[in-house]
Amino acid sequence: MGATGNVEPREILRLDRVSVVLGGRQILEEVGFALRSGEFTGLIGTNGAGKTTLLRVILGLLRPTSGTVVFAADERSRRTRSVGYVPQKVLLDPDMPMRARDLVALGLDGQRFGIPVRSRRRAARVDEMLRAVDAERFADVRVGLLSGGEQQRVLIAHALISRPDLLLLDEPLANLDLRSSLEIVTLLGRVAREQQVSVLLSAHELNPLLPVMDRVVYLAGGRAASGTTDEVIQADVLSRLYGQHVDVIRVHGRILVVAGEAGSQLASHASDFVVGAG
Amino acid sequence: MDRFFTWIVAPGFFGSQPVQVAIVIGGLAAMVSGVVGVFTVIRGQSFGGHALTDVATAGGSGAVLFGLSPLFGFVGLGVVGAGVMEMIGVRRLRGRDLATGVVLGASTGLAALFLYLDATTSGTTAGATQQILFGSIFTVDSSMLPIVIGFGAVAMGIVAAVYRPLLLSSVSDDIAAARGVPLRGIGLLFMLALAVSVALSALTIGAILSTALLVGPAAIALRLTSRPGVAIALACVIGVAVTWAGVLLAYDSYTWGSSRQGFPVSFFIVALVFLLYVASAVVRPRALHRGGG
Amino acid sequence: MLSIVVVGDAMFSGFMVNAWTVATVVAVIAGVVGFFVVLRGAAFPAHAIPNGAFAGAAAANLLGINVLIGLGACAVLAAIGIGTLGRRGRLDVATALALVLMLAVGALLLSRSSAYEPQIYSLLFGEILGVSTTELLPVVALAVVCIAAVAVLYRPLLLSSILPEVGEARGVHAHRMEIAFLVVVGVATAMTVPVVGALLIFTLMIGPPAAARSFTDRPLAAMLLSIAIALVIVWSAIALSYLSDWPIGFFVGTISAAAYGAGRVSSAWRRSRRARTTATAAAAVAP
Repeated sequence: MGATGNVEPREILRLDRVSVVLGGRQILEEVGFALRSGEFTGLIGTNGAGKTTLLRVILGLLRPTSGTVVFAADERSRRTRSVGYVPQKVLLDPDMPMRARDLVALGLDGQRFGIPVRSRRRAARVDEMLRAVDAERFADVRVGLLSGGEQQRVLIAHALISRPDLLLLDEPLANLDLRSSLEIVTLLGRVAREQQVSVLLSAHELNPLLPVMDRVVYLAGGRAASGTTDEVIQADVLSRLYGQHVDVIRVHGRILVVAGEAGSQLASHASDFVVGAG
Repeated sequence: MDRFFTWIVAPGFFGSQPVQVAIVIGGLAAMVSGVVGVFTVIRGQSFGGHALTDVATAGGSGAVLFGLSPLFGFVGLGVVGAGVMEMIGVRRLRGRDLATGVVLGASTGLAALFLYLDATTSGTTAGATQQILFGSIFTVDSSMLPIVIGFGAVAMGIVAAVYRPLLLSSVSDDIAAARGVPLRGIGLLFMLALAVSVALSALTIGAILSTALLVGPAAIALRLTSRPGVAIALACVIGVAVTWAGVLLAYDSYTWGSSRQGFPVSFFIVALVFLLYVASAVVRPRALHRGGG
Repeated sequence: MLSIVVVGDAMFSGFMVNAWTVATVVAVIAGVVGFFVVLRGAAFPAHAIPNGAFAGAAAANLLGINVLIGLGACAVLAAIGIGTLGRRGRLDVATALALVLMLAVGALLLSRSSAYEPQIYSLLFGEILGVSTTELLPVVALAVVCIAAVAVLYRPLLLSSILPEVGEARGVHAHRMEIAFLVVVGVATAMTVPVVGALLIFTLMIGPPAAARSFTDRPLAAMLLSIAIALVIVWSAIALSYLSDWPIGFFVGTISAAAYGAGRVSSAWRRSRRARTTATAAAAVAP
């Protein structure tokens, strides 16, 4: 159920008491956790819990009001090169002249000026990435014509090709059907192990992630609880996090997080995290 | 007091017949533009509205070639153009803009041809180019008044008839479709009203500039209020005020300076619209209507 | 037979050489810049900026300075203005109003001069046949600048146009790219407006790239094809204009529309063919 490699996972990123106040509202409050290489971490929370804000802080697009975000020192010390990012909503026009292969190649050096030079090494690297995400059979199809799951894989390859230490995905499973969801999650688990990449994936349901998730960062009301799944997804931990009574029910390897009282504020969010079939 | 009044309104203003005609036509065009314009902005079809003005240019210059008043060309080709644009009807925003741009380009090409033929064929009025492109409000014959009023009534009538479904589909086509609104039909009717509105303002301030009257007062109104009914009323008031002020200033300008050449009406109207828009952007920096596009 | 040879001779000699040269340059620029215009869905700003240039040309004309300078300055100003205004309220309303104001100012300025009508006409619809050799040089120089700029911006602009958020995360600021892109459009416009007119350069920047992307899946190939199609359009337009005396803008507008139409038909056909192939393949594979 996670990284079982012999390599001792090294710390990639540490957040320490990160708070974000935007427009008078406290979006994140004293959030702290660490991400290690080869680990798959789920960032769980309902819509509006602050997941995207947290991701933007990690990406350096948003400065926290207080707290620190520290990347482990590396030969490649530039943060931008160490983090791969798969954004939430991507609109790819079917008429756009760009194949899957071209989009992945853009991940290598798309941020540098000039025109890409064709080389066998580049092409080989692109092929390798397409193989890694199982996208070879549609490598030459326009990205705008691919299905949601196929596009997701191309975007993952695009993010991975520059060999980042950390791969961030913002709600990649939101618009996928069950089967595609499972495929993506399995793929990411494999990538995390094989390439020793730290994967941070945000979602509002944790059951699809259970098979591969090593650790979880659970966000509620701007506060976070982090640790292994068993450590965090407990009634007392979550109740403290929500400030309300919460029940955690485990059944057939699936987890249900249920609001306590019918009249409580949580009840309105219950449908978000009362999970049916995982 | 008398001198102050003469300073603002040059002598002979209210008695001049071209001015009276201009006031009526301009006012009517501004009202129709205000009503249609609010919907245009909400629907994010400003570019489409602008493209129709170029279609109108082709129509107007074509009409002159056949010895007709430009207005008929404006309306005739405008309606055809509106239909074509709606029928090409690409749903995705980017694709729609491209299709619109191509229609615009083709009709501009047509306009180029017609204007060239106008200039080289004998029997056409001189200055046709200027009239069609930049308006001819002072030179419209008063016999055209009933026709202009008729077209105006048609455009307003269409909007009045489909007001509720039009509003619904402009705000959200998903909800409208769910409620059984025929999106294609409403879209087409709206485009027709838009074509007529463009034609009328083309007559007032010229085909090329009529976008200002269509989009300007509406955009200003939508910055000040988010209620459609109020916005429409406000857009009409702003549009008519700006148009009448433009007519006045243009008339006055013939008494300015030594050359007594005067400035065109269209320039004043466009300048006033722009100034008001900038002012409204400063006063209310955040736009209130649905964003995007 | 003889008359065709005579016409052919005249069409390629003397002042016509300049026309062919400048048309070629314009087509190349339109294809290169137009590729990104279509990719970014920037049809409206691409239409607005030339109109700003029109006002600059009119002002320059009135003040007696080199028209190209007036064009360039106003085009770049319009570009930056549109880029900045776009950040605030709705982009298309701001663009529409700025565009129309520019036209009105231009018309006003031109009305002050005596040769009003022909000037309006040539600035709006182009006057390719009247290009002198001295005017040719700055056009070519600006073209080189434009192409160099696009070559340098190619990768980050491509990334920012397709995946703006990923670009931001990689240090490519979307807003800066937008301004840079619009300025390039401004410069491209400045050099091409005297030739094909403010209302028609836009057609060349839209039609060929929109058609090109229907015929190829690769980005760089699409750009090269845009250039090729633009060249064909402009060359045919000159030839037809020379033979018929009709304005060149008419041919540019209509042939570009035809190219776009052909592209749409081809896309639809490819899509239906792909749907049929997928359906057959799916049927062949047992679920």
